[in-house]
Amino acid sequence: MTQHGGTSPKLALSESKGEERIGVYVCHCGTNIAGVVDVQEVAEWAAAQLEHRGVVIGREYKFMCSSLGQELIEKDIKELELTRVVVAACSPHLHEHTFRTACKNAGLNPYLCELVSIREQVSWVHTDKAAATAKAKAVVSGGVERVIRHAPLEPLRVPIHPDTLVVGGGIAGIQSALEIADAGYHVYLVEREPSIGGHMAQFDKTFPTLDCSACILTPKMVQVGTHPNVTLLTWSEVEKVDGFVGNFTVTVRKKARKVIEDLCTGCGICQEKCPKKVIDDVYEAGLGYRKAVYTPFPQAVPKYPVMDVENCTYFEKGTCKACEKFCPTNAIDFKQQDEILTLQVGNIVLATGYDLFDARRVTNYGYGRLPNVFTSLEFERLSNAAGPTNGNIVLRDGKTTPKAVGIVHCVGSRDRNFNNYCSVICCMQGLKFAHLVHERTGAIVYNFYIDMRTAYKAYDEFYQRVLEEGTLFVRGKVAEITDVPRRPDEDGHLIVQVEDTLAGKQRRIPVDMVILSTGLQPRYDAKETAKRFGLSCSSDGWFIEKHPKLDPISTMTEGIYIAGCVQGPKDIPSSVAQGAAAAARVLGKIQQKEISIEPVRASVNQDQCSGCRICNNLCPYNAISFDEDRGVSLVNAALCQGCGTCVAACPAGAISGTAFSNDQILSQIEGLLLLNIDEPVTA
Amino acid sequence: MQTLDQERTSAPPKQIEDLSLLGEVSHRTAGVSRLEMCIQCGCCGGSCPSEADMDHTPRMLFAMLRAGMRHAALMSNTPWICVSCYHCVVRCPQNVHIADVMYTLKSMAIEAKLYQDSTAPDFSQTFVDMVEEFGRSFELGLATRHYLKHFPLRLPNMAPMGIGMLSKQRMNITPTRIKGIAQLKAVLKRAKEVEAAS
Amino acid sequence: MNKYILYPGCSMESSARAYYDSLKAITDIIGLNLQEIEDWNCCGATEYLGIKLTPAYALISRNLALAAQQADGTRTVVAPCSACYLNLAKADYYMQEQPVLGQHVNEALAAGGLSYKPGSLDIRHLLDVLVYDVGLDTIKSKVVRPLTGLRVAPYLGCMVPRPDYEHRWSDYEYPVELDRLLNALGADVIEFPLKTECCGGHMTQISPDTAFELIRRLVSAADEHQADLMATLCPMCQMNLDAYQSETNKFFHTSYRMPVIFFTQLMGLAFGLEAKDLGFGLELVSARNALAKIGIEHPAEIPTGTARPKKDGSLPMPAPLPRRNMHTEKGKVVK
Ligand SMILES: Cc1cc2nc3c(=O)[nH]c(=O)nc-3n(C[C@H](O)[C@H](O)[C@H](O)COP(=O)(O)OP(=O)(O)OC[C@H]3O[C@@H](n4cnc5c(N)ncnc54)[C@H](O)[C@@H]3O)c2cc1C
Ligand code: SF4
Ligand code: SF4
Ligand code: SF4
Ligand code: SF4
Ligand code: SF4
Ligand code: SF4
Repeated sequence: MTQHGGTSPKLALSESKGEERIGVYVCHCGTNIAGVVDVQEVAEWAAAQLEHRGVVIGREYKFMCSSLGQELIEKDIKELELTRVVVAACSPHLHEHTFRTACKNAGLNPYLCELVSIREQVSWVHTDKAAATAKAKAVVSGGVERVIRHAPLEPLRVPIHPDTLVVGGGIAGIQSALEIADAGYHVYLVEREPSIGGHMAQFDKTFPTLDCSACILTPKMVQVGTHPNVTLLTWSEVEKVDGFVGNFTVTVRKKARKVIEDLCTGCGICQEKCPKKVIDDVYEAGLGYRKAVYTPFPQAVPKYPVMDVENCTYFEKGTCKACEKFCPTNAIDFKQQDEILTLQVGNIVLATGYDLFDARRVTNYGYGRLPNVFTSLEFERLSNAAGPTNGNIVLRDGKTTPKAVGIVHCVGSRDRNFNNYCSVICCMQGLKFAHLVHERTGAIVYNFYIDMRTAYKAYDEFYQRVLEEGTLFVRGKVAEITDVPRRPDEDGHLIVQVEDTLAGKQRRIPVDMVILSTGLQPRYDAKETAKRFGLSCSSDGWFIEKHPKLDPISTMTEGIYIAGCVQGPKDIPSSVAQGAAAAARVLGKIQQKEISIEPVRASVNQDQCSGCRICNNLCPYNAISFDEDRGVSLVNAALCQGCGTCVAACPAGAISGTAFSNDQILSQIEGLLLLNIDEPVTA
Repeated sequence: MQTLDQERTSAPPKQIEDLSLLGEVSHRTAGVSRLEMCIQCGCCGGSCPSEADMDHTPRMLFAMLRAGMRHAALMSNTPWICVSCYHCVVRCPQNVHIADVMYTLKSMAIEAKLYQDSTAPDFSQTFVDMVEEFGRSFELGLATRHYLKHFPLRLPNMAPMGIGMLSKQRMNITPTRIKGIAQLKAVLKRAKEVEAAS
Repeated sequence: MNKYILYPGCSMESSARAYYDSLKAITDIIGLNLQEIEDWNCCGATEYLGIKLTPAYALISRNLALAAQQADGTRTVVAPCSACYLNLAKADYYMQEQPVLGQHVNEALAAGGLSYKPGSLDIRHLLDVLVYDVGLDTIKSKVVRPLTGLRVAPYLGCMVPRPDYEHRWSDYEYPVELDRLLNALGADVIEFPLKTECCGGHMTQISPDTAFELIRRLVSAADEHQADLMATLCPMCQMNLDAYQSETNKFFHTSYRMPVIFFTQLMGLAFGLEAKDLGFGLELVSARNALAKIGIEHPAEIPTGTARPKKDGSLPMPAPLPRRNMHTEKGKVVK
């Protein structure tokens, strides 16, 4: 192996013919680049053929991003008085920051460095070495032409507002809010339902340890409700978000509760007296009732009830007002109106969670048609001591205890007809149900599964425990659930028809109750929420994180974080971990007090802008607004991420980007085409 | 006493895994079969109304194809028992074109002359012969020819049905022949050539 | 007047004559102009596909080619037989999904001077056209003799609602179109849980025992639901359930007598036509008693459908899903 780099330049120094003094650095990236591109040739070629453009040095080195590689650049900048640097290596996504910092350390404005990709765009996509080397030369040449036209830039600095908005009061949002509040900063927690708690508040027990869900959740709810640093806004929704990292202006609609919070003591007399019973589709999963004025559950935070005006007799017929009559503190106010609040916050955490898959869509499972087919959430309510049956696991007639129960996995998940992904929690949820049924009813329990997914700590041990308890596992995706018997022993039962794939035979198993381990799916309004906050959703509808492995809680919009199931199906421990991680990020930002943001931004030349507004909706970061008075579009420099979409779209050519002006782009293209060389050398 | 080596050489050759089988079946199936996407969930075998009479559930048959068990897979009665109800097709989480794979397996079994019972292949062939001859199917001719050959003992039982159908003129005594039979024959002839070439 | 190209299929002229006769009898009343494909050929049923792929699809496609030639301003082919409907629809779809199949078929068609561009026709079942084009309101407006009191088990069989690659139906397993049409005729429509289960198909010919079991399941379920008759839209289903019912009875020592009637026959009755002009009497299990019931002043009060739990401490049921296509959400809402 030959010796590369080091301090002895491999090529003779040449006097720059151009105005700038440019250094070109070609990286091997181990064999990633050098395996396909002749890096030495590229470096030599640049020094020789681009000398007249100002290149004074061309070097190759094994790992440019290593400390030694960076030092090489720094040394050259100082010793050779370089005014521009071109690094031909990996994608700017990875190491632009590294090389800019190196330049900065050597006293060169970091924006006078250009990183061109000869890995992602050359060595990884080509096999012909000669052609790849030629392309690498062209890419370097383009970078040289472009860097000549770079201007020194200063990063933009924006102050960070210390308050934070958390949207969604499930376990993820609660955790996030508490971490931030405990650190001494103010949090607005906006929750759409009358109480915080989210899905976890509906459960009886939680896997794998079977702690009582309410027992571990309610202390946290109370903490949030009483924390001096938390402003709790329940029965509220975010309507509008303006601004950018550090400086968001958020409009929140606080829906009229029709209950004056300052007067209400939470005594509950209004609910007791209210004559109107309504099926509770949210908290009771449609399996129980609530009143028209209600708190969804006894431990609700806050304790104040809300009035459901769509179902209230008074709003329907003009008479009743029983609640008002009986309220000891005159807290009922039929005239109360929605309030619009404007909040200033520096960071936002979105934790809006998930919806349950609508099991009625799997018509062959009969949910909604066969009374004794239940969804997972229905079963949670059924087994919950605070639920409609006081925790008695009974059939839909409200009294019969089942003698045999079938639990069907993967309902609506892992199925191209519905949701293609695995919902992660439903295997464990199915095992939890098996345990509860076994423990409370002694019934025979069958679990029908395709694959048993019990990854994570103590989960497989729980599976072992359920096996030990005698649950019968049948490996096979259930084909149908029917009440049409074929044999006398099937009469009066539900029949689960399935292939027992391990026995290789179709089985028809009579049971009394079927529980569908229904999957999770994005909130029905996830797309609108994402749009409101300027985020994007995957094709499934989950919010997209900045990096699936290395940054699962950030988003592409700076200052907006995601936590919990809004990012994808997950269990409680992971939701809590994400809530805390998002809080740590927010706290980090707040501590910085101000942040510098990339000066690579678009700007509108107001004289050229025709006011067509074409750019306004194209910007993926909602950075462009329209100035009605002057009839021109404006780019908000703090929101703009420099993607260039608007620059390309503007029919009047009025938008230009710092660091990607027309001049820069066109000369880069010229460089790529080797028009800067009198006699192009063909490889 | 045989030595171990002798024993080894005299044993019948073990079935060699034929990894091209899955791809071949998939390729020969109309549309995009997605057969290689099967996750062995068994929803097909669970759905199948005639599974009780099958040698293998559809899922198991697909596992055999994947394992390259050509002989055993083509000998299976499963494709012949499939009633094309499409229950499995719409329920399959991987959208495998199961019913069409069954048609492919039937045609491959006929080609390889691998089937246990000739009833079904004969029925199909008799039907096809008639269609190729007349351009239309001709139920009476088909049913009687078929029953005489395969279920002669059942014929007396079936007689009331046949008589009923005849007396109600729900079976044609004489088949109709389409006008363009020459054209149809030319099309089918070319189709067979194309199939043989592909 | 709605104009369509009709592909009748072989059975309509023989075993399913009642279907064809009744269809012809009602087309004028509901303003349906059906123009038969000139010199169509057999679609190959479920048989040809198991022999050779390209010839099977070429056989089907000759009909598509002829229909396209004859299209004259319409692009909809209507097939009343479910096997024909499926074969035509599937051929059209697969030739688009897998273009090489389309090329092979066209090479074959060329030998007969024909060609067909996949995707240029819409292949639809008769029921689809009646419910979604003609419309239930129109049908309802033509009813002069509502079938009040006649308990009908709607039965579609397999091949109309499945595989439904074009998403034309409300559901694969429990489509509601036939129920709604029969409702429009005033019939007492049973919520029939086996409405898309298999009738046995060609198994009556190949493995009768397999078929008898399937027939038994259907007939016994209809009987269990106290149906006066089953209404079907498939010649094969009608043939299996009707003509093989007595064999099935013998096989299982049962004594079901469940008439199986084409839905178009019931439409004709409701439109006031004479039973004899609608192919009644061609069925082997007679519908005489069932028909005698129509017009009775006080029909027996047998509850239709699954009863919802009552207010006796029982737990509420979820509301039914709004009837769009449950699998794609693309489907149309029944008017
Ligand atoms: C039946 C069932 C049983 C389960 N059992 C367990 C178990 O035993 N153990 C376990 O670890 N995991 C379990 N899980 C998973 C667990 O529910 C989730 O991991 C957890 O609830 C996710 O919390 P979250 O805060 O992300 O979402 P959620 O609990 O869904 O909370 C989201 C909150 O945001 C609110 N919200 C939504 N949209 C808006 C909006 N636009 N504006 C304002 N607020 C909004 C909602 O009202 C809700 O309060 C179970 C799941 C199911 C379905
Ligand atoms: S009765 Fe009055 S004080 Fe008591 S909970 Fe209701 S509104 Fe509040
Ligand atoms: S006025 Fe409305 S909320 Fe109050 S008691 Fe009457 S129905 Fe209930
Ligand atoms: S977690 Fe289990 S039940 Fe849920 S989708 Fe995944 S495999 Fe199916
Ligand atoms: S460059 Fe991109 S982010 Fe900036 S304003 Fe234009 S479109 Fe928006
Ligand atoms: S249903 Fe589909 S995925 Fe499942 S075993 Fe059958 S073919 Fe395979
Ligand atoms: S299409 Fe065939 S294999 Fe599939 S369920 Fe129906 S009979 Fe069984």
